[in-house]
Amino acid sequence: MSAFLEVRNVTKVFGHGDNATVALSDFSYEINEASPSITAVAGESGSGKSTLARLLLGFIDPTQGEVLYRGKNLKSLSNQERQQFRREVQAIFQDPFGVYNPFYKVDHLLKTPLKSFKLASSRTDARQQIEAALDTVGLNPGEILGRYPHQLSGGQRQRITIARALLLRPRLIIADEPVSMVDASLRATILESLLKLNREFGISFLYITHDLTTAYQIAERLIVLYQGTVSEAGGVRPVIRDPQHPYTRLLISSIPTPDPNQHWTDEAVVVPGDQVEAVITDGCPFAPRCPHVMPECLTEMPPLFRSKEAAVACYLYRDAPQVPDRNLTAVLGAIGTKGASPAKSSVSVGSMTR
Amino acid sequence: MTRTGTAGNAGETLHVDDLHVQFHTPRGVVRAVDGVSFDLLPGERLGLVGESGSGKSTIALALLRMIKPPGRIVSGKVQLGNDDLSTISDDDMRRMRMARIALVPQGAMNSLNPVTRIKHQLIDTMKAHGAAPDSGPKERLETRVEELLESVGLKQEVAERYPHELSGGMKQRVCIAIAIALRPSVIIADEPTSALDVVVQRQIMQTLGAVQKRIGASVLLIGHDMGLMAQFVDRVGVMYGGKLAEIGETARLFAEPRHPYTQVLISSLPSFDRESQFIKIAGQPHSPLNPPSGCVFHPRCPHAFDICPRVIPELRTVGPQQVVACHLYDEANGGTRTPNERMSAVAPSGR
Repeated sequence: MSAFLEVRNVTKVFGHGDNATVALSDFSYEINEASPSITAVAGESGSGKSTLARLLLGFIDPTQGEVLYRGKNLKSLSNQERQQFRREVQAIFQDPFGVYNPFYKVDHLLKTPLKSFKLASSRTDARQQIEAALDTVGLNPGEILGRYPHQLSGGQRQRITIARALLLRPRLIIADEPVSMVDASLRATILESLLKLNREFGISFLYITHDLTTAYQIAERLIVLYQGTVSEAGGVRPVIRDPQHPYTRLLISSIPTPDPNQHWTDEAVVVPGDQVEAVITDGCPFAPRCPHVMPECLTEMPPLFRSKEAAVACYLYRDAPQVPDRNLTAVLGAIGTKGASPAKSSVSVGSMTR
Repeated sequence: MTRTGTAGNAGETLHVDDLHVQFHTPRGVVRAVDGVSFDLLPGERLGLVGESGSGKSTIALALLRMIKPPGRIVSGKVQLGNDDLSTISDDDMRRMRMARIALVPQGAMNSLNPVTRIKHQLIDTMKAHGAAPDSGPKERLETRVEELLESVGLKQEVAERYPHELSGGMKQRVCIAIAIALRPSVIIADEPTSALDVVVQRQIMQTLGAVQKRIGASVLLIGHDMGLMAQFVDRVGVMYGGKLAEIGETARLFAEPRHPYTQVLISSLPSFDRESQFIKIAGQPHSPLNPPSGCVFHPRCPHAFDICPRVIPELRTVGPQQVVACHLYDEANGGTRTPNERMSAVAPSGR
């Protein structure tokens, strides 16, 4: 059976000639319906994480490789299939202020999808579905319906966009930085709504973020991107607690821990990323900043090695077996839902870094 | 007004006393900053943390007297050393900015002039806010630019570049260089890393810390990230609804938060140590046009009791260097009453 959504050897290049930028390079991953999972894709700006989201949503086409929906290339879907794809794959975006038309009441945003996809048999049915969806994300329909967007807080608006996605009974929701513009006190509420949709409705998530702490809270799988390439992928706990790739280690040790007794280590004795001048075209993109750089790092992109249940693109692990065809499904596919992975201990961030 | 604009004023205390800033909008008056007082001691790093709308950025602008209409500083006193910033003339205030009280702005990408080389942005700042506008031969200014760029970890070539040729982190370093150009005694950093990645954020904060130490300035760090506060500041002030809810020494505030808002804020921080659970703060932030009566936090407070909706709590000292505005600590309640079980009323929703 083919995967629900598959990214196969996808490369995306923006611009051409001297101005070409490889936003995503040879990326392969599958999202299966049978085991609804939450995969976090983490990286800095420019890592290619939003490019991946746009490729999966069919907003942009890959330069090489293909995105397959139920085994069929997104480009060759029939109208009917495309309609189904649009319903089954939903998106939640970063900015809960930008997605609303200020002239319409929020009801409009919720009614339109039901109308477009003919999912409601009557007005009463539509109303009931909308109320149920709002209820699921923890909003009181009476307080929400009939209001204009400016009358609602950022947290409420973001939850309405989640309710809107839920109305279409999707199989996959691509959430691109859904909490980065929401205040701390409301962040937990939104993440909890996402988790609930995963648990109760079997919806898979691709959770795109720059914030590893929220990824740790809701995801079970983690893919760390660096300049368009996968630097490390694996279960969210093992990768965050025992990062293998020098970049992942730097990234995790840089997170400001909310504990005054646990200070930033000065371990990051690397070239600051904002001052790297040489751009590596063939080798490992992290090489110019890497404290362990070796000659081969500069000439050839490292393959993904299988180290401690994770996939690591680094020659430090050259003795480990390679991940065939750089396909992350081989590494991540087996990592189940979060409830089933009880390995919980209290390891501190400080002790994870070497 | 003897020292206005003189560079090299390290060692001054910034007193903020009962500051009120209001925005008069067509729909009503917003009390963005509603009676905030604190001292920033020489060489100290103080953090002001709060959610959007808590008034923290408004304080930054008010200290620099850069509030724009419909906003207005209604009352309160801001004193730096011997000078009262609330009463000096606009010209004197302009000379005061950058020379004695400097700003590292939020979003460095938008605060540099896109058509001016970095070198000239630094020189212009020094000339515009320096004691004698045209002082010093050209070479001396250029040497100073080199020193400044070096001190924030940038190469000399950067002087000749335009902002669009630099990364976000480099631009923020330039902004730090501009802020320290005249050796101010106070650096106000308003979310200086909010648009940057964690790795760059750490480098920028470490750079800011290093230059601050070198020139002996104090730093007021404004932000929303408790993690960054834990890593950088000596004391933290927690803002809610335009008021200081609590202010205290960083380690103590994290170990023993007293205000119910601080308590939930700290317990809701995502952490790798804890098995993740979602601890939420009940309810929504109030509308700034229509704040609740009494304690502004009472509608969301797990410990609210009869007096809270009626009386605005005063700031009172509850421990060494720890000040809290909460009725739980009123003298009538034994002065040091603590919530019986810190998180008792906030149900964590398990996963």
